[in-house]
Amino acid sequence: MSVKVRIVDTTMRDGSHAVSHQYSIDDITNIATALDRAGIYGIEISHGDGLSGSSIQYGWAKHTDEERLAAASRVVTGSRITVLLLPGIGTREDLKMAIENGAKIARVATHVTEADISEQHIRLAKDMGLEVMTFLMLAHMEKPSKVLEQAKLMEGYGADVVYVVDSAGAMLPDDVKERVGLLKKELGIEVGFHAHNNLGLAIGNTVAAVQEGATVVDGTLGGLGAGAGNAPTEVLAAVFDKMGCDTGVDLYRIMDAAEDIVRPLMQRPQVIDKPSLILGYAGVYSSFLLHTYRAVERFDVEPRDVLVELGRRKVVGGQEDMIIDVAYELSKRKSSEGGK
Amino acid sequence: MSGDKVDVAIIGPGNIGSDLLYKIMRRSKYMKPSLMIGIYPSSEGLKRARSLGVDASADGIEAVRGRGIKIAFDATSAAAHLKNAPVLEEENIVAIDLTPAAIGPYVCPVVNLEGHSREANINLITCGGQATIPIVYAVSSVCKVRYAEVVATIASRSAGPGTRQNIDEFTQTTARGIELVGGAERGKAIIILNPAEPPIIMRNTIYTVVEDVDKDGIVNSVENMVGRVQKYVPGYRIRLGPIFEDNKVTTMIEVEGAGDFLPAYAGNLDVETAAAVAIGETIAERMVTRGEAS
Repeated sequence: MSVKVRIVDTTMRDGSHAVSHQYSIDDITNIATALDRAGIYGIEISHGDGLSGSSIQYGWAKHTDEERLAAASRVVTGSRITVLLLPGIGTREDLKMAIENGAKIARVATHVTEADISEQHIRLAKDMGLEVMTFLMLAHMEKPSKVLEQAKLMEGYGADVVYVVDSAGAMLPDDVKERVGLLKKELGIEVGFHAHNNLGLAIGNTVAAVQEGATVVDGTLGGLGAGAGNAPTEVLAAVFDKMGCDTGVDLYRIMDAAEDIVRPLMQRPQVIDKPSLILGYAGVYSSFLLHTYRAVERFDVEPRDVLVELGRRKVVGGQEDMIIDVAYELSKRKSSEGGK
Repeated sequence: MSGDKVDVAIIGPGNIGSDLLYKIMRRSKYMKPSLMIGIYPSSEGLKRARSLGVDASADGIEAVRGRGIKIAFDATSAAAHLKNAPVLEEENIVAIDLTPAAIGPYVCPVVNLEGHSREANINLITCGGQATIPIVYAVSSVCKVRYAEVVATIASRSAGPGTRQNIDEFTQTTARGIELVGGAERGKAIIILNPAEPPIIMRNTIYTVVEDVDKDGIVNSVENMVGRVQKYVPGYRIRLGPIFEDNKVTTMIEVEGAGDFLPAYAGNLDVETAAAVAIGETIAERMVTRGEAS
């Protein structure tokens, strides 16, 4: 298929979860430079939980959003600097700051059923001349018709692209096709797809999305990211090249960026370990992974039990405090059973 | 005055206004709801008020004039309250403002009502503020709070269009309330909407970063505070904590509503209407006992 596919690399946003938001300014400069030289369309830079995500709830970042954006702006020439905003965490003030620091694409993300909290942010970003891509997160939790209903709201607010976001890495290729296919058919704007690799399907699902008409997709260098990580950008570039899709990305340069710059920064191997697999299996927000590791250490419980319980309680993105709640409850249950 | 009760009006006959009406009718010792004000004659809330024996008017704020009303609860919108407030002031009616207009000072009844109970206009901050500021204040009255961060998770169904279209207002106003009323040097607020069915009840996590941790002092202060809030929000409960990690204190609260008019899961709305009624009650009691209302 000979279509144009735009890749947004989110190593410095979703990938930031995997380094507990501790990128140095040098890391930012190096990664941004390499992505820019490789010809990537968008370079996303934000706290993992979006602008103003630096907090006790989501983890403190080493540097402010502003410092990271400013550092990237100094070196990026062709790619578009991209930011993520989750209404309820970040505000329009953050968006204005990002624009002053060079952001050209705004991504506004809500839970798949809550699109109407994004109107003021989408409209502001459009009014200020940005390209606006919107995210419907944890899209596996709702039927395709619900995803479409919410996508239409975002289209109405002025979004240029609506993404189906598989935040839990829980979708099978057919789940992706149904959702992306329906949106492509019913919307007048472009459709995007964002994968996680918890079930080992990040590349396969992204391919399925493009086959159904998605024209914007996300990846991270080396797959660095929340849970088992994202679709590796360099693999996407190679696969799309073989499919005959034009991404504009220089394959060798993006491979070098992954291997030489990002792989040495990894704090743990980006693999599908037991808890990551459970994220995908139980349908839990991928960025809960490292918070769960910290909680189980503190409360001495099994991480898989915590994640399964979180899935049962239908927690949504942003509810990291529920990890402590569940781990604490499981530890109490464990000690009372132990006392019998 | 009607007997030993102060006549009050409710402006805005929506869900919040109706819940205020139920609460006052069921439990108030010093307030009598004598008027429900709306702007649409076909409003269900106006019909409901009439069926409960309360006068209702679709003539908007002008209906409040010349009826001896002493206190008005405004559950409309910020824009509407800006227009209503001057009329209330002319009529010498104390305004209890549940909108984000914030003409008057932010008030959380268990924290700073005493200092503001004679103001002509009192603002309720936000529902997240009413749910979390008592805990921030309980901690800050024992140890210096350098930073407080609150995460409010509410059922999607309990977030009305006003909150949804102005979600920045919620986070920014709550953060300011945490600082100004809660006593934190710096505040941050996060709101999460969860669509699970059956709807979840409101949950709040309150993190504070303190100087010179006094564990026993904080635990006592928080428990004491929860007891005080329970006097007007019986479903306000500690779910976890306070737990301590270095200088970080984490407390989790859940708020189940009284189920007066609003469903019980909407503790976020209940905590605000209950706080408004508690403020009204204090002012009305003073009016009655000191004869200021006549």
